Amino acid sequence: MTAVKTESVERPEAGPPLLDVRNLHVTYGSGASAVPAVRGVDLRVEAGRKLGIAGESGCGKSTLALALLRLLPASATLSGQILLDGEDVLTMKWGRLRAVRWAGASIVFQGAMHSLNAVHRIGDQIAEPILLHGRAGPAAARTRAGELLEQVGLPAARADSYPHELSGGQRQRVMIAMALACDPRLIIADEPTTALDVMIQAQILRLIEKLVADQDLGLIMISHDLAVLSDTCDRLAVMYAGRVVEEGPAEQVYESARHPYSSALSAAFPRIGDLSSRHAPRGLPGDPPDPSALPSGCTFHPRCPAALDICATEDQELRVAGPSRRAACVLVEPGTAAAPGLFGGADEARSTS
Amino acid sequence: MTATTDSAPALSPRALTWTRRRQAAARFWQQYRAHRAGLAGLTVLALIALVALAAPVLVGKDSQSVTEAPGGPLEAPSATFPLGTDQFGRSLLALLVWGTRVSLTVGLLAAFLSVAIGTLVGITAGHFKGWYGNVVMRITDWFLVMPTLVLAIALATVLSRSLWTTVLAIGVTTWPTTARLVRAQTLSVESRPYIERSRALGGGHRHIMSRHVLPNVMPLVLAQTTLVISTAILTEATLAFLGLGDPTVVSWGGLLQDAREAGAVSSGNWWYLAPPGLAIAVVALAFTLCGRTIESVLNPKLGVSR
Amino acid sequence: MTTTPPAPLLSAQSLEVAFPGRRGAATARAVDGVDLDIRPGEIVALVGESGCGKTTLARSLLGLVPPTAGRVTFGGEPLDYAGRALKAYRKRVQLVLQDPSGSLNPRHTVYDAVAEGLRIHGYAGDERAAVAEALSRAGLRPPERFFLRHPHELSGGQRQRVVIAGALVLEPELIVADEPVASLDASVRGEILALLLRLRDELGLSALVVTHDLGLAWNIADRVAVMYLGRIVETGDVEQILTAPRHPYTQALLSVLPEADGDPVILTGEPPDPSKVPSGCRFHARCQVLASGEAERAGVADACRGQDLPVLDGGGAAQVACHWAAATTQAPAAG
Repeated sequence: MTAVKTESVERPEAGPPLLDVRNLHVTYGSGASAVPAVRGVDLRVEAGRKLGIAGESGCGKSTLALALLRLLPASATLSGQILLDGEDVLTMKWGRLRAVRWAGASIVFQGAMHSLNAVHRIGDQIAEPILLHGRAGPAAARTRAGELLEQVGLPAARADSYPHELSGGQRQRVMIAMALACDPRLIIADEPTTALDVMIQAQILRLIEKLVADQDLGLIMISHDLAVLSDTCDRLAVMYAGRVVEEGPAEQVYESARHPYSSALSAAFPRIGDLSSRHAPRGLPGDPPDPSALPSGCTFHPRCPAALDICATEDQELRVAGPSRRAACVLVEPGTAAAPGLFGGADEARSTS
Repeated sequence: MTATTDSAPALSPRALTWTRRRQAAARFWQQYRAHRAGLAGLTVLALIALVALAAPVLVGKDSQSVTEAPGGPLEAPSATFPLGTDQFGRSLLALLVWGTRVSLTVGLLAAFLSVAIGTLVGITAGHFKGWYGNVVMRITDWFLVMPTLVLAIALATVLSRSLWTTVLAIGVTTWPTTARLVRAQTLSVESRPYIERSRALGGGHRHIMSRHVLPNVMPLVLAQTTLVISTAILTEATLAFLGLGDPTVVSWGGLLQDAREAGAVSSGNWWYLAPPGLAIAVVALAFTLCGRTIESVLNPKLGVSR
Repeated sequence: MTTTPPAPLLSAQSLEVAFPGRRGAATARAVDGVDLDIRPGEIVALVGESGCGKTTLARSLLGLVPPTAGRVTFGGEPLDYAGRALKAYRKRVQLVLQDPSGSLNPRHTVYDAVAEGLRIHGYAGDERAAVAEALSRAGLRPPERFFLRHPHELSGGQRQRVVIAGALVLEPELIVADEPVASLDASVRGEILALLLRLRDELGLSALVVTHDLGLAWNIADRVAVMYLGRIVETGDVEQILTAPRHPYTQALLSVLPEADGDPVILTGEPPDPSKVPSGCRFHARCQVLASGEAERAGVADACRGQDLPVLDGGGAAQVACHWAAATTQAPAAG
C-alpha cells in the first residue's frame, strides 16, 4: 500500500489529472504458467507535463504502455484502474474504447521501421485514423495529413512517398504525425529514438518537446536511457521487474538517485568530462530478471551492490525519499538525503550544487 | 549459481556432439507426439513398412506366379480370397501386399534422388550467386515449366523398362521445386550476421555451406522430402498405369493397369480396382500428414493446429 | 611520450572503398581516403553517424571488403587477399558484431560456436581445454555449464560473451568490435566494456571499437577518430578531443548530449549520401560555423566551399581537418 500520495510541486492543478493509473497489475497467461509483467504500478500525468519511464528489458514498461489503451493480447489479465480524463479504460465498453484509442491517447511505437505498412503511401497511413474516427472525409483527411507532416518538419509533398523512400529519422517523424492525427490529449512514446543517430535523436526529441508545449499535451516517454529522459521530462519513474522502484523530479532522480538500481542505470551512461569514469565502465552483475522467475524478497537484491540480509526476504514498498520523491529501498529513511558514496561513488562524481 | 550440476564433466567433443544430438532428437519426438494427425500418419506408415518387409512371410513368394495361381479368374471376394482374384487367378490381397514393396521402394528412392539434386543445386546457387547462380536458376526454371509427366514418359520410353528407369524419371523431373525452395532459404540464411562471423573466423565456402547453411535448410528439406515421396508414389503409379513400368514386378499402379485391361471397369469388378487405388491414396496421405507435422514442429511459426 | 611510439599493429593507408551504384547511379564513396593506425595494446574508438563509412572501414581492415584504392597493413606487411594468407590473417584479427543473437547460429551449441574457429583452422591441441579457457576468460564460469546450451537459452549479455569467447579462442592480437554493446541492456553494458578493458590489460589485446556512442568512447577508448562522409575529420586522445573538440561536427555531436552545458547545436537535415559528396570541405553544407558567418569572419568561407582538406595522418597526435579550426588556432580566438 502506498501510504503517501505524491504532490505535484511545480503547478497547482485543478481537476483530475489527465492520466491516473492506480495499482495496475498485468499478468500474461494463467494458472501455473502465469507471468506477472506489471505488479502494482501507480502513475499520474497532468496535461502539459512529461513523465519519463526508464527501465530495461523485462521490466514491464512496454506492457504498461500497451495496457493504457488495452492493446494487450487476450491472454493478458489486467486489474486496477486506468483513469484517462476520469474514465476507467479497463471498464470501458468496446465502442467507447475504440473512440478513445487515438483520439484520447495515442502511441508512437517502438521500431518505426516495422510499424509502417510498406505498401501504402505515408499520406494514406496518416489519414487512416482520421477516417476511421469519422472526423473528416477523404479529401479533408488528406489535407490534414499534409498539415501534420508540416508540423513534424517534413514537406507536405512527401505524403505521396512510400516508407522505404524515407530515412529512419523521417519515418519516426511520420509516426509522430500519425500519433497526432486525431488530436489526442496524451501521447505515449515507446522508445522513440532508440535506433536513431545522436543528431537525429536530438532533432526528434526537440520536435516532441515543441509539439507537447504548443498543444498542451501530456507525454509519457519510455526509454532505457536515463540521461535522455532527464533532459526531456519533468518527472521520472524507474521500473524494475514490473514495479516502479523510484520516482521523482527528473533531474533529481538522474543525478542523485535514492535507489541503487536507478543509480546504476544512470552510471551506465557516463558523462563526458567526468574523469572518474575514464577506463571505469560501471554496470551491474547478472542480468535483468526473467518475469517468470523473480527472486524472492526485493527483486533487485541479487544484483544490488548495497544489499543487506533483509533484502533477500522482505520486499520493499515505495517510501517517501524527499519532496515528491519515492524510492523502494530499505536504505531510504523517510525524509533524509542520500548519503554520499552510498552506491559506489556514483553520486560523488556527479554531485551538483 | 552453484557449480554442482555439471552437465558434461569430462566428455570429449565427440561425446558432446552425440549428447547434443540425442537431446535434440528427444525434444523433437516430444513435440511431434503432440500432433495427432502426425501420429496417425506415422502409425499407418509403420504398419505399411511392416507389411512390406514381412511380405514373403505373410503371403509366400509364389503368390505372384501366374502359372500356379490358386483360384479362378476374377473371382469375387470370399473367405479364401478376401479381396478376390485377378484375371490369372492370383489372390489380389497377396498381390497388394507384394505391391507395397515396389511402390514404397520406388517412391522413397525417387524422392531421395529428387531432393538430393534439388538441395545441391539450391544451396550452391544460393551461395555462389553471380553468373553460376543465374545459369543454374535458368536451367531450374526450364525444368520447372516442363510438364513432369510428359518428360517422365519420354524418359521411360527411351530407356529400358525397369524400376530404375522409373526412379530416374521421377528423380530428374521433380527436383526443381526443391531447388527453388532451398535456394530461397539459403539466401535468407546467408544474410544473417553469423555467416559474416563465420567468414571473419576464416571459414571458406565449404565450411559455410556445410556447417551453417545445410543444417538450417535441413528442416525444410525434410518436410519437403515427405511430400515429394507422396508425389513419387503417385507418379510411379501413373507410369505403371500407363504401361511404362517394369512388367515383371507387381506394383499398385501395375495392378490398376491390369484391372483396366481386364475390363474390370465395365464388368463392375470393383475389388480389382478399388484396393490398389485406396492403398496408393492411404500411403500418400500418411506421408503428407507426417510431412506437415514435421514442418510445424521444426518451424513453430507455421502454427499448424494439433 | 617523447620517444617514438611503437610501430602500429594495424594500419590503413590512403584507404578508399567505393561501391558502384545500382543501375547507373553514382558510385557511393563509402571510405574516401583514410589513414588510421592502431598500436599494440591500444583501444581506438571510431565514431560517427550512420552512413559515414565507419562500418565499411572496419570491414575492410578485417579483409572482408577489398579496398578500391590504398592498402591495409598488419605488422608492417600489406594484406594478402589470396585464400590461405587471408585465412592466416584471420587468426590474428577478430570480429565482434553488434547483435549477439544474430551472430550465433541458433542450431549450434555454445561449445560449437566457440570451437568453430578452432575447427576451421585445424587446431592441433586440446580443443575442449581451449574452449573452456576462452569461455572463462570471457566471464562465463564454470565454462562446462555452458557447453551444451543454445543461444536462445542465454541472456543478451551472456550471448555477447560467447561471441567474444569465440573471437578469443584463436588468440588474436586485435579485435574489431562493431557496436559491441548497442543491443544490450544498460545495466549489462558496463560488464562487457569492463571485459574488453580487462582483455587489453591481461592479454595486451588491441581493439578498434566502432560506435556512434561518444560515452562509450569516453569509457574505454584511448584514442578517438571522428568520421564524416568517408573521411576522418578529427582524431586524437579521447580526453583532449571529447573535452575540447575543434571540428564543428565534433562540437555539434558533443553539444546534443543530454548532459552537455550550453545550447545544443542541432544540425538540420539528414546524414549525407556517400554518392553525393559535396565539393570543398564535405561538411560545409551542414556546418554551423559556416552558416553563422563565423567562417566568413575568419576569412575561410571560400576555402570551406571550394577547397578539399588533406587526409589526416593515422598517428596519435591530435589533428583536425577544418579550415576554420586551422585559421583560428594560429590566432587564438578573442573571448
